[in-house]
Amino acid sequence: MDTLFNSELKVINMGLAGFAETLKERGTPVMHVRWQPPAMGNEDLLRLLDKLK
Amino acid sequence: MSKIDQANQEAVKRMMLSRPVWVDIGRARDVIPGMKDNLFLHAGPPITWDRMSGPLKGAIIGGLIYEGKAKDAAEAEKVAASGTFEFAPCHHYNAVGPMAGVITPSQMVFIIEDKEWGGYTYSNMNEGYGKVLRYGAYDDEVLNRLHWLDEVYAPVIREAVHLVKGIDMKSIIAQALHMGDDAHNRNRATTSLLIRAIAPFIVETEWGKKTDYAAPRLDLSNVSEYFKGKKASAAAEVLAFMHSNDLTSLNAIMAACKSMALAGHGVEHSTVVTTMARNGTDFGIRVSSTGDKWFTAPANVPAGLYFSGFSAADANPDIGDSVITETVGIGGFAMAAAPAIVNFIGGSPADAFDATNEMYEITVAENNNFNIPAMDFKGTPTGIDVRKVVEKGIVPRINTGIAHKEPGIGQVGAGIVKPPMEIFIAALQELAK
Repeated sequence: MDTLFNSELKVINMGLAGFAETLKERGTPVMHVRWQPPAMGNEDLLRLLDKLK
Repeated sequence: MSKIDQANQEAVKRMMLSRPVWVDIGRARDVIPGMKDNLFLHAGPPITWDRMSGPLKGAIIGGLIYEGKAKDAAEAEKVAASGTFEFAPCHHYNAVGPMAGVITPSQMVFIIEDKEWGGYTYSNMNEGYGKVLRYGAYDDEVLNRLHWLDEVYAPVIREAVHLVKGIDMKSIIAQALHMGDDAHNRNRATTSLLIRAIAPFIVETEWGKKTDYAAPRLDLSNVSEYFKGKKASAAAEVLAFMHSNDLTSLNAIMAACKSMALAGHGVEHSTVVTTMARNGTDFGIRVSSTGDKWFTAPANVPAGLYFSGFSAADANPDIGDSVITETVGIGGFAMAAAPAIVNFIGGSPADAFDATNEMYEITVAENNNFNIPAMDFKGTPTGIDVRKVVEKGIVPRINTGIAHKEPGIGQVGAGIVKPPMEIFIAALQELAK
């Protein structure tokens, strides 16, 4: 862990963009990947989607 | 491939094969099947007078005065609320109208024929920017322009389109995407191409050669000193107006897009969206395999840039049928073809590319008619799949004008808006039954 934080960080951030923005503001190289749980995490909708495959 | 995936490919294939050609102009009551003297068409899903937004009410008021059914706004409001008039979505009559989308029986409409699948679609004349009926304005300037459009402009371009024997709208859209248009909010190229196609025939029309006529005149003095105190020919008035209004082509393009969307409607098992429309109160969609059923929810307020003196506090929720463009893969879906549009609706050119890229996530095909040079001629994202919208949590991206929330004022800006996710969830629930 110490080695990780003592070397230059290059970050891939998935999901909430706020984490990437904070790192970017501090000058850390960061690549943001837009991601959210399928069907916004709603299990009822996931069941409907399964039915419509 | 599942039966749903096959059905979606079929729906989009039909959309892309549609060949909409502008063939004629006619009076709404004479040419739109089912149109009648006490019927006004409007944008978006069905709505009653009491729930209508300010700009839609304003356009209905203006329409009633224009039709001679009321002498002023107060009387028009009484007539509208009396129940003697019927209001119905343009979409129920294979028509589309930008913003309020009000089409009255006496108005002249574009007639677009689908040369591949047959059938006709319709839209009214575009009035230009700012204080216009479609944004809910109805003063004398607005009404005089409507009279000029119906009594001079429409007859001249009608005669011209007869001479040219039809104009292929799909070809104009495809070329315009290579010239910086999205063909929804930016129509500088589509309008230029339309003028190029029809101008020689406009000057050949009998109507266009007239300089003395009783119909209302268009004041061209702000176009050029040359026209000051001069009775220009009708052709000069028409061409000057077309040149002054980048949205001249929009209504014909929308009717062409309606033609494509109709072609994809009615495919069994398909989950592709074939109508998106807003009336200023509700946003509604219809889906290829669920017939005429609308799925609706309250419309959102667009985010964008405002004209001087106006702000977001003045904005009405999303309104208009022009989202038929995004429904068939142009407009906000083709933003990457139109980076200059960000001057008008906000954001950066990189945002325009992001917008188009994101729409591939929720569509079923790359368009084989419309493509984007800067994306290596990739086809535009086409055919919104209700399942993908819900699964990815991404709603369609729409470019739009912004109307003032009060009747009688008009356009106050332009921007970007997203439809409510609830309508796609409601459609998904219906499809899963």
